[in-house]
Formats: sequence, structure tokens, C-alpha cells
Amino acid sequence: MNLRWTLHDSFIMTRRNMLRYIRLPENLVSITVQPIMFLLLFTYVLGGAIRVTTPDYITYLLPGILVQTVVFGAFATALGLAQDAQTGLFERFRSLPIARSAVITGRLTADVMANIFVATLMIGVGFLIGFRFGGSPLESIASPGIAILFALPVAGLFAAIGLTARSVESVNVIGFVAIFPITFISSAFVPVESMPGWLQPVADANPFTRAVNASRALALGQDTGGDVTATLIWTVVLLAIAIPLGVRAYNRPR
Amino acid sequence: MTSASSQPAIEVDGVTKTFGKVEALRGVNLRVEPGIVFGLLGPNGAGKTTLVKILATLQAPSSGIARVAGLDVVRQAGEVRSKIGLAGQFAAVDDQLTGLENLEMVGQLYHLPGSVAKSRARTLIEQFGLEDAADRRAKTYSGGMRRRLDLAAAIVNQPEVLFLDEPTTGLDPRSRIDLWAVIDELAKSGTTVLLTTQYLEEADRLAAKIAVVDHGLVIAEGTAVELKERVGGRVLAIHLPDADQIEPARVILDEYGATPYVDVAAREVSVAVGAEPGIVAEIIRALDAGHVTVADLQFRQPSLDDVFLALTGRASEEVDAELEGARR
Ligand SMILES: Nc1ncnc2c1ncn2[C@@H]1O[C@H](COP(=O)(O)OP(=O)(O)OP(=O)(O)O)[C@@H](O)[C@H]1O
Ligand SMILES: [Mg+2]
Repeated sequence: MNLRWTLHDSFIMTRRNMLRYIRLPENLVSITVQPIMFLLLFTYVLGGAIRVTTPDYITYLLPGILVQTVVFGAFATALGLAQDAQTGLFERFRSLPIARSAVITGRLTADVMANIFVATLMIGVGFLIGFRFGGSPLESIASPGIAILFALPVAGLFAAIGLTARSVESVNVIGFVAIFPITFISSAFVPVESMPGWLQPVADANPFTRAVNASRALALGQDTGGDVTATLIWTVVLLAIAIPLGVRAYNRPR
Repeated sequence: MTSASSQPAIEVDGVTKTFGKVEALRGVNLRVEPGIVFGLLGPNGAGKTTLVKILATLQAPSSGIARVAGLDVVRQAGEVRSKIGLAGQFAAVDDQLTGLENLEMVGQLYHLPGSVAKSRARTLIEQFGLEDAADRRAKTYSGGMRRRLDLAAAIVNQPEVLFLDEPTTGLDPRSRIDLWAVIDELAKSGTTVLLTTQYLEEADRLAAKIAVVDHGLVIAEGTAVELKERVGGRVLAIHLPDADQIEPARVILDEYGATPYVDVAAREVSVAVGAEPGIVAEIIRALDAGHVTVADLQFRQPSLDDVFLALTGRASEEVDAELEGARR
């Protein structure tokens, strides 16, 4: 299996998954209406009550909610793979002379594309309600960039969940139980200092906090204070865990 | 050194497969010559799907060797995959893609050049009578249409060996007959087809050779005619008005053929009978003389159960116990 065919196979799989994004209304909603709704709800309902370090809440919130949204995108990865496993499509794919990795890389690539789209959309809407980048153009691109990068290993872990889970419903349960605490016990929506003392170390140790802080510092054009490096290290570490898990789950006979 | 043409399309030697404590296959041996339709006949849980999955490289055998098109399914899995087509027990099509898109995608995954994948998809859509639905998403297809699309996807690459796992289960009689015609065509064009089925009728209609599988073992092999001869032509089933009559009826029928099969719940006693003229009248007279009242009487083609009965003298559930005993 040479590199050219490996790329070809994963391109075909990417295209298939992107078509599914466009055609499945629930997928489309989850990458358009839902994130915008969260952005507006947080800004206008909670924004007034939350004390932040930035001049206004939207400037604080946008990077946080962006990281949360792209990390939530991992659900699509897990659900998509679980669905494929359930419909018997996997059996067909596994009987074809294609790269073993293509099913997963095709899924992940499509989900990264979706995340790029979501990030662009959210920043666009953010602009309309007062969000502004404070740094250089490069930092402004790096801000959503690091969010999308960090979402990749999370999607990889979720891919393993999706491939192992018994049903699409159980993916939903496992996913929500895992992802809500992880995204909320972080600096995404409120400053860590505003949390009870016992919770602060948890939020601080959360890799999600590092990614949010990195993305936020880049958006504001502030010193990233090692958060970018920490996020990159976490990304590599989580990928190193996610890839073997995913491959094993995929090759598991069912 | 055997020449390519005399080499079996499928060779299975002592293949076993265990899932935890379940022994799905317990030492299967098979040889399928190229260019024929080979039927794997067996009841639920016999191990048909497991064998197909092993041959299609989806699962590795626990022990034993299997070759498809002369290639080892474990060590040369990649090469095997480019020579086979698979339509699994449940139609594997992408609901969100149209019929054409599904076939094109599979063609591209077989590494056909883009234009070839396109034209091949078109041809197959026409061949399988899906022209009207070609540009509709597969989720709008009926069960029969999905099955046809699935089968079309399995032959996109013109495979040397095609595996069809219960291809007609869930189809109405009309679609079943249509699908049979397609399978006939494929075999005529030189494809070796291995199909699994629970219906003797289907194996009879399509397969040049049949292997009867039960509880993970091949318990008989031959042409449909040979298998039916072992049943002894046709089956006479007698329904009795009350349960008291079962035993006397069984004793009388025992004189006329293989071991009778008793279904207590249905108050039915059946026996495979030969084709001698006058045999049915003779049996009825004997029943009458033995004071057995017959509520209803059926003369039918042997069913899968009858085949089991004739092959083993037992109903299929009992075969297991017997084989277990024989192995000790
Ligand atoms: N992945 C698995 N894990 C555990 N047991 C399995 C697995 N796959 C098959 N089995 C068991 O192996 C046996 C054979 O199953 P298989 O699916 O091959 O039968 P089959 O002949 O195809 O039956 P059916 O007609 O119902 O499709 C059954 O007892 C089944 O429960
Ligand atoms: Mg089966």
C-alpha cells in the first residue's frame, strides 16, 4: 500500500463524509445553528453576570466557546463511525483493498474541515456582536488554528469510543458524560479564579484550559505564557494515546 | 504444480473459529471449483456468516488455512481483497449517497480510474434495474432495491470470487427471482459465487454444489439432487387430531422410510418416502388398519429440516449432541 493510494483512499472517504455533513440536516445544524445559538446565549444571557479580565465578555468568550465547539465536533467523529459500524458499511470497507487507516483519517479530515467552517462562521458572527482580534494577523489565524489542532486528538479518542461502543446511543451517553465536565471545568466560560478553591487545581490541570488560554491569548495579542507549548504537547500526547486505541478498535473483529 | 484453471477458487482446510466459549466453526473443509455457484446451507447459528467473514478477510480463523483464488486469506489479505466482492448479510450502502454515488465510491476505492468508476457505476445501475432511482439517495430505496444496490457494489470490480451472505433474505418472491437471475448471469460470466442460504429451494435453484453446515461443521456435501436423494424424494407429513395418536403413527411410519420426525406441538409426524408408486395409499391403509385417524396429510418437497433428518436421523438441534458424542 503506497502513500499515493493511502492518500487517495482517505480523500475518497473524506469526500463521502463531507457529503454526509451537507446532506444530513442534524449534522448541518450541529455545525451552524447550534454554535451560534450558544455564542448568543452566553453573550447576552450570562455575559452581564460574569466578571472577566477583558473589556467585554464577547472578547473573553469567543475563543473559549470556539475551542468548546470544535472539541464538541468530536461527537460527530464518534457518532459517524459508530453509525458506519452499525450499518454494515464497515464490513464493506474492510473487504475492499484500501488503506486500513482511510476510514478513520477520512472521517477525521472531514471533521477538521467542518471545524474550519464552524470557526470561520463563529468569528464572523462574533465580529457582528463586537468581537475584535487584538493581535497580529498571524496571531489571529493561530488563535482558531490552535483550537482546531487541539480538537484533533480529542476526535481521535472519540473515534476509538465510536468504534468500540455498542450503539450510537451509548456514544451519546459516554460523550456527554465525558465532555461536559471537561469543557466546563476550564477557563472557557469563566475565569478559573472565580471557581471554588478545590476546583481551581482541577480546572488548571485540564488540558482544555491550556488550549482555551492559548487560543485566547493569541486572539487578544497577549503573551501566551507557555500555553501554546503546553497545548502542543498535550496534542501530541493525546494523539499518541488516541491513534493506537483507534486502530485497535477498528481492527477488532465484530 | 497445478495450472491456474484447475486451482480451486476456494480452499478451506480445517478452519476453526472460536469466540470466547462459542465454537462457531469446528474444523471446516471445503473445496470450491472455479466458475460455479456454491451454496452453503444451514440454519441460524450454523456458522455460515463466520465462514464468509473469514474468507472475505474480515476475521482471521482461530486455526486452519483458507485460500481464495489461491491466496492465503490471512497472510495475503490485501491481495485477496482486490479479487473478491462481498455482499454481507445486511446491505451495506451509504444511505446519504445516491445509488450512483455509492457505486462510484466503491469503484474509486477499488482504485479504478475516475472515468472508469463512473461508467461502471452507470452500467451496473442499468444491469440491476435501478435507472429510475440512480440519482435518489439510498435511504429512499426499498429493501429489495437496497439489496440490489448492495449486490451491484459487490461486483463493481468484477471479482473472481463473490461472497453473498443470505442475499435474498427479506426479499419478496418477485425480487428474489430477479436476484436469482442476476446471480445466474454472474456465474455464467465466470465468477465463482459462494452464497449462504437457509433455504434448500434457493440452493437447489442456484447452486451447482451444496455444503450443508450445522453447528460449525460441514455435515454433507453434494449436488442438490444428491442431497435430496439422501432424503429420499419427498416428505409425507401427517397431522393428527390428538396427541395420543402420535406414537402409534410414528411406529407405523417407521416401516416406510427413514426415521420419522415428530413435532409434538404441531401434532405432526413426517417421514421421507421413496418414489415407489402407490406408497401413499399404502401408508394410509396401514394407518387406518392401526386405528390412527388422520386430520390432514401433506406431500411436500424436502425442507432443510428434512435434509437434516435424513442426513443425521435427527432434527438439526440434536445433531450437535450427536457430533459431540462422536468426537469423544
Ligand atoms: N463476534 C461474535 N462474537 C461471539 N459469538 C459470535 C460472533 N459471531 C458469531 N458468533 C456465534 O457463532 C455462531 C455462528 O454464527 P454465524 O453468524 O456464523 O451463523 P450463521 O450461520 O450465519 O447464522 P444466521 O443464519 O443466523 O445468519 C453463533 O453461535 C454465533 O452466536
Ligand atoms: Mg449469518
